[in-house]
Amino acid sequence: MIRTVLLAGRAGLHLRAASRIADAASALPTQVTVRTLDRRPVPADSVLSLLGLGALCGTELILEAYGDGAAESLDRLAELFAVDPDAVGA
Amino acid sequence: MPDLLKGLGASSGAATGPAYRLGDPPRLPRPRAVTDVDGELARAFAAMDAVRDDIGRRAAAATDSTTAEILRGQANLAADRTLRDGVAVVIRDGLEAPHAVAAVLAEHRAALLAVGGLLAARAADLDDLRDRIVAWCLGLPMPAMPAPGRPYVLIAVDLAPADVALLDLSQVLAVVTSAGSFVSHTAILARARGLPTVVACGGALDIADGTVITVDGTTGRVTSGSVPPAPAVTAPTDNGDPRGSTADGHRIALLANIGGAAELAGACVEGVGLFRTELLFQHHVDPPGLDEQVTAYEQVFAAMPGRRVVVRTFDAGSDKPLPFLSAGDEPNPALGIRGLRVVRRRAEILGTQIAAIAAAARSSQARVEVMAPMVTTVAEAAQFAALCRDAGLATVGVMIEVPAAAVRAAQILGAVDFLSIGTNDLSQYAFAADRRSGELADLLDPWQPALLSLVALCAAAGSAAGRPVGVCGEAAADPAFAVVLAGLGVTSLSMTPAAVPPVRAALAAYTLEEARMAAQQALAATDPAAARAAVSRF
Repeated sequence: MIRTVLLAGRAGLHLRAASRIADAASALPTQVTVRTLDRRPVPADSVLSLLGLGALCGTELILEAYGDGAAESLDRLAELFAVDPDAVGA
Repeated sequence: MPDLLKGLGASSGAATGPAYRLGDPPRLPRPRAVTDVDGELARAFAAMDAVRDDIGRRAAAATDSTTAEILRGQANLAADRTLRDGVAVVIRDGLEAPHAVAAVLAEHRAALLAVGGLLAARAADLDDLRDRIVAWCLGLPMPAMPAPGRPYVLIAVDLAPADVALLDLSQVLAVVTSAGSFVSHTAILARARGLPTVVACGGALDIADGTVITVDGTTGRVTSGSVPPAPAVTAPTDNGDPRGSTADGHRIALLANIGGAAELAGACVEGVGLFRTELLFQHHVDPPGLDEQVTAYEQVFAAMPGRRVVVRTFDAGSDKPLPFLSAGDEPNPALGIRGLRVVRRRAEILGTQIAAIAAAARSSQARVEVMAPMVTTVAEAAQFAALCRDAGLATVGVMIEVPAAAVRAAQILGAVDFLSIGTNDLSQYAFAADRRSGELADLLDPWQPALLSLVALCAAAGSAAGRPVGVCGEAAADPAFAVVLAGLGVTSLSMTPAAVPPVRAALAAYTLEEARMAAQQALAATDPAAARAAVSRF
């Protein structure tokens, strides 16, 4: 199952943002991978790998997960990528 | 040491005290053959867990949310799954635990440097993790902070976020590092803690322990001996005069970039230089109605009675799509229907917005001005100005983001009252480099001399016409760059409100003539590094 999302964070996928996402991903029942159009998929629960994507604001991210709970896991992470952690009130 | 060293001011404020240098972290010993692979795996994982727990404890003890969140990120990195997997592979290939951790982190470090931009500044975070994990593996302590028994200035190659968070501010008066950058986590935490800090200060490591030095975290100057700092430099107060000016009293308006009224809470600014209206409606599927917009704008205007508020009309673009403005059918949205160009398809959306701004302005005390994004030609500027003036909005400007508009700035100023330069998009279009492309981050550096030339062109046109030319890109938040912009003839700088105090202090440290000389040196430079260096030498 695949989900596409545009990164909303205006400062890109920086350490704090990646850390929040990895925390959420490691609590999910399914393994989720993330890739950009030009890079290989990496596990969403690794901060180091997420940083290495070099995703900037508006970068298209492709999330993948399979098996039971895949849809819910993708929903949860897609939601986090679509929120700007530096927006007021975020 | 020489009488004067120059670095980059990373956290404003000044302090004088004896310098003491932080020791070096443990070095890797000569590698040996691995006989017990399981033992090495256990040693590596135990070290990573211990470092994660140590930094996690510091995060839990942090008193401000910025510090806590950065430290939690560091703790996550220490026991990262990809790092663990990589280390396991390398240990099975025959490396000892500390060497394996260093080798895997070096790979990721290189990847971050290749991405460039903000992430390249995170390479230092990985270096610190390597040092901590290696030290734990070797059973050695990390270097302790100096303890001279009196307040001192801390000198180091670089400081880890985990160190800055724990510094005893009753003992550490200021920090000077030979490496680092304005956007390093160290600098961010130093600003959060109000600790005067100078980074990228060559020669800092040659300062002998005990030498009394004066550190100016605004100008980046490190002076030998005790120097009474100029009052303007030490007092970037947020309680007093919000106005910005050079040391000799030449006014540079300091304004805020906001997306709504909430961001103005506690801000000490002369007004709003960029009100991004689209942020209020980014989740709307249909265009917001007149009344809804009037109410939203009134809230911002009410926060700025008697002050200037520049409202930018909707700017839906490739990097910030708005459901109700999205063109959706473009092969290359950055070069498509965005900014003011939306009027070609949906004129009624702009008409409603201008009517709403005018209505909100009539019932408020703020000095409301309006400007359009992504204006390319004089005809577009004139058309926009006519729409606004017909609605009763007297002061109309346009943003300069397209090089075609920058080179015709003088003619555009014949149609409108002011210009506001958006440095991010102007870079993207002038350098033919997608602003989201990490690989091209060097081309998007605001210190690129060609970008400075375009800014200079606009500023000269404004000066000739006697009309204001501002900069509202985040580049204006870099204090050294702000001085250059002032020297180029820019009349206002608009930035995130938190960035205003250090910029105000930086401007106050230079006379207009000095800023002009700094700007000329930056313009004459051959590349961004030389432009930066020219100014820091100044």
